[in-house]
Amino acid sequence: MAVLARPRSVPRVPVLFGRRIRIQWPSAQYFLLVPLAVFAVLPIVYVISTAFKPLEELLIFPPPFFVRRPTMDNFQDLLLATNALAVPFSRYLFNSVFVTLTTVLLQVLICSMCAYPLSKARGLPGANIVFAMIIAALMFAPQVTRIPQYLVVQKLGMIDTYWALIVPALAYSYGLFMMKQFMDNSVDMALIEAARIDGANEWTIFWRVVMPNVAPAWNTLLIFGFIQQWNDSFSPLVFTRSEAMKTVSVAMISLTNGPATVARLGAQSAAAFLMTAPTIIVFLLRQAKVIQTMAHSGIKA
Amino acid sequence: MATRPEVFVPARAIPAPHARRSPLSAFWYRWGVYYLFMAPFMTMFTVFIIAPVLVAIYLSFTYFNVLEAPRWIGWSNYKLLFLEDDVFITAIANTLTFAVITGPVGFFISFFFAWLINPLKAKTVLALCFYAPSIVGGIAMSVVWKIVFSGDRYGYLNNYLLNIGAIDEPYQFLSEQASIMPVIMFVSLWMGMGTGFLVFLAGLQTVNTDLYEAGKVDGISNPLQEVWYITLPSMKPQLLFGSVMAVVAGFSVFEVATALAGLPSPLYAGHTIVSHLYDYAFIRFEMGYAATVAVILFLWTFGLGRLLFRIFSSKNEY
Repeated sequence: MAVLARPRSVPRVPVLFGRRIRIQWPSAQYFLLVPLAVFAVLPIVYVISTAFKPLEELLIFPPPFFVRRPTMDNFQDLLLATNALAVPFSRYLFNSVFVTLTTVLLQVLICSMCAYPLSKARGLPGANIVFAMIIAALMFAPQVTRIPQYLVVQKLGMIDTYWALIVPALAYSYGLFMMKQFMDNSVDMALIEAARIDGANEWTIFWRVVMPNVAPAWNTLLIFGFIQQWNDSFSPLVFTRSEAMKTVSVAMISLTNGPATVARLGAQSAAAFLMTAPTIIVFLLRQAKVIQTMAHSGIKA
Repeated sequence: MATRPEVFVPARAIPAPHARRSPLSAFWYRWGVYYLFMAPFMTMFTVFIIAPVLVAIYLSFTYFNVLEAPRWIGWSNYKLLFLEDDVFITAIANTLTFAVITGPVGFFISFFFAWLINPLKAKTVLALCFYAPSIVGGIAMSVVWKIVFSGDRYGYLNNYLLNIGAIDEPYQFLSEQASIMPVIMFVSLWMGMGTGFLVFLAGLQTVNTDLYEAGKVDGISNPLQEVWYITLPSMKPQLLFGSVMAVVAGFSVFEVATALAGLPSPLYAGHTIVSHLYDYAFIRFEMGYAATVAVILFLWTFGLGRLLFRIFSSKNEY
């Protein structure tokens, strides 16, 4: 195909009615990427669409891809169906929202606070060892520490409380690593010294000078923490006992376990919609910031 | 400003009025505030990461069922695990198959896509499309995948295969031993572009464009040479990070496997190392034995991590 082979740098300039118009042909990559991109999002679009389908549309086979007469019935069904799970779905939702927001805000604060001296206090004794340990912690599967974590949580008397879901997640090595890399690259030492000469104390420097300069980094941390915490089913499964402390991800597992039947598909999709919507919205709002930050997240070996 | 010193001045390097201090208090006076900044994270890190790793190593040499105190039994757990536990061998085989295939494939695909997308105008939209599956999480999406691979004739894949006449009766994708792992791998690859993709995409933007010009002068003629000699070497930190993440993700496969095939899966065909750990730790409460599994997992991922550092460490940094 001659169209595809044409180098992108030399766009053809056709002449129409005596005026030169520029036609930008899509590059060859699009022919490969667009179908794959569609394939990647198709299941998500399908879940969203199914969540709003009325029962008669769920029963049609083969099922129509898009919903024709959207309804909120499935969400109502979901609320009824989860009555069988002993607590209303809204309770799972509240738990997820509360735990995720608290965790993420604390993660950002704690990781940034620790990253600041590691990045900017040159010559701080022990800094290199600490950073090496954090890189090491990135290198093994998080499940390794789950059993002793369980014992620690138990010893601290936090089993079956919100604390058990929030506190262990605060040791977020990846978050610290990212904040440190970003501070290394994007906060000028001169800026900090200037603030210091103006009489600012360390907290003021951290909060008023460093943090505003690394806004993309903590935005990213916010997103990643949110996605991870929101989708996490391991902690609520292990650290909590009563249904009233479980989160949406756990309710989701109970809903999807068992045979996949059309009758439950509506309620399941509604739950899946409620579970995925927040993460996608959070990501959409912050995507540009994420890519800006990720440039700094390599490991220099 | 000529008066500003070139070297870093710590907060209180200027001698304080009471200059005569013990070395310890002088040390604290100079660095203390920074340690206070680090204290909250380091406390969490010590309590929930460092201590647990050490405790796991200790517990792996004991019999421990949570109710009684741990009892030292030496290497018994390790012997049992490798010599008599057939299910663990299955779990290792499954996890290795999974990691060996999805790790490199996922790594390559996410780099390839990032590389293709990077120069395009529609970069943001395409990046979102490719990244979306890893945002939404495997559990929520297992709703769709279970319907797609459902074992009756209403499963989409079965229905399609029946219609085109490839098969005569529905195939049990999620309960036949032969198809469970491939299905798990497929779904994981679909949602597995993950962090690596974004890191690569961002890394590509940081490659110094002068290098490409210089490369052209030096006789680089096709895009493949450009990638091999310029792009890849400039992205070593991102590649290292992406590969470490891919290894960790590959060896900790659990959620997708459980959501699709259940725990325990039919004939343990979807059983992974982490499934085994979870099974013994939180269903049977044999913590000592589960800790042994954890230690094996730790050694494995950590060893591979060191290896990757070797591969991507740049001795010839410009």
